[in-house]
Amino acid sequence: MEKHCTNSQVKGVSTGTTILAATFDGGVVIGSDSRASMGGEYVSSKTINKVIQVHDQIFCCMAGSLADAQAVTKAAKFHLSFHSVQMESPPLVISAASVLKELCYKNKDELQAGFITAGWDRKKGPQVYVVALGGMLMSQPVTIGGSGSTYIYGYVDAKYKPNMSRDECLQFATNALALAMGRDNVSGGVAHLVVITETGVEHVVVPGNKLPKFHDE
Amino acid sequence: CLRLFSGIWSQLCKCLFKSLFFLTITFIFRNALLEGEANKVGCSLPAARKTGTTICGVVFKDGIVLGADTRATEGMIVADKNCSKIHYISPNIYCCGAGTAADTEMTTQIISSNLELHALSTGRLPRVATANRMLKQMLFRYQGYIGAALVLGGVDCNGPHLYSIYPHGSTDKLPYVTMGSGSLAAMAVFEDRYKPDMEEEDAKRLVRDAIAAGIFNDLGSGSNIDLCVITKGKVDYIRPHDEANKKGVRTGDYKYKRGTTGVLTKAVTPLALEVVEETVQTMDTS
Repeated sequence: MEKHCTNSQVKGVSTGTTILAATFDGGVVIGSDSRASMGGEYVSSKTINKVIQVHDQIFCCMAGSLADAQAVTKAAKFHLSFHSVQMESPPLVISAASVLKELCYKNKDELQAGFITAGWDRKKGPQVYVVALGGMLMSQPVTIGGSGSTYIYGYVDAKYKPNMSRDECLQFATNALALAMGRDNVSGGVAHLVVITETGVEHVVVPGNKLPKFHDE
Repeated sequence: CLRLFSGIWSQLCKCLFKSLFFLTITFIFRNALLEGEANKVGCSLPAARKTGTTICGVVFKDGIVLGADTRATEGMIVADKNCSKIHYISPNIYCCGAGTAADTEMTTQIISSNLELHALSTGRLPRVATANRMLKQMLFRYQGYIGAALVLGGVDCNGPHLYSIYPHGSTDKLPYVTMGSGSLAAMAVFEDRYKPDMEEEDAKRLVRDAIAAGIFNDLGSGSNIDLCVITKGKVDYIRPHDEANKKGVRTGDYKYKRGTTGVLTKAVTPLALEVVEETVQTMDTS
């Protein structure tokens, strides 16, 4: 995955973040931290939710410049709801990811935002797509993003198994976020997790003091 | 200059096809060209007046309390010792502005005007979320070149709401926010003493202390503390709430009292002048 730009180049408030999504047997878990920073030295918000619902069973996580990410997700939400009315059926996850990709690719000179889209649809079941900074779209079973993701590539590669159970996957995601937040200065706060399955959507919020602790803490 | 021009031209071409984000290229293009022209002659454009401010807002039990200092700086000089930073948006919504003074002033006036038209069209009292949307969409359109960092607060049919809006167009909806150069000092006070569902007097005292922390610890903020308390159906615009920096009374005087110097002789010579012509020219004060 494309290396994320350093925070000092991001204009305005940056989400300087850790985001991840992973598929399990029957659904997908998508999660993020909750810190927004300015210039890498001031936390402008400790509690922002970077997991945005773009449709009933499709969520996306934002990374990069907060202004760009908010503007793009709002435009994508509008496009997607219009699209689902036209198609008279809930949109596919790949449509949601494509809408974000179109916006990111067409405006790649002005925007500094990357996304992870995850959801469940009737055609292909649980899926995860990543839209990188310049507008590349890729489908992966598990993906991580943001500045804090660099610290957990090893953990994700070692610990992710396809077709885990729901609780195993949730624990995996929580551990990964906790490890990244522990090492990256611009990620922190609470861990927002969303579990999407055929039956519905469940929000799990793990406050900072309830995150799993590792040996040196 | 040629490189600058070609860069602007390519941006202009790309912008023309990007209808999705409605980038108003006219202003970015014109200002960049003007700056180029000025630099060619050897001058630089005048520095915009920044407010170098402390502004903050807090949600309490019945509504919102907004607070601001009153110093406007032009570089290292205080340009205005008592400027008003809490701007009217609508009868139930007020907005504090930090950053470039002209930008905050004009942005809030434009949104206030559009919001009034919107309210007349819908027939309802405007909502804070609407003002937030309008402000963030406008600021994003200008890609951060409008240096307006705002704290927007108000009470509408859904209760009290408080937003912080950054110059690039991102917004946060929070129970307490601070902005401006003194925001770190004010946030320190908030983090220590904020509690949800405070009473009005506690909230006013908290905001006053937060702004005072900004005034006394930040060079860009100073003078008095203005407060604005917004509740359902009532707005209390208290200006000034606290004259924290009143000018002291001089203890000494360089003027000498009449009689200090003794007068030995006095000779009065009347000059014989006659009035030749007398005309009155009224000023047009219509």
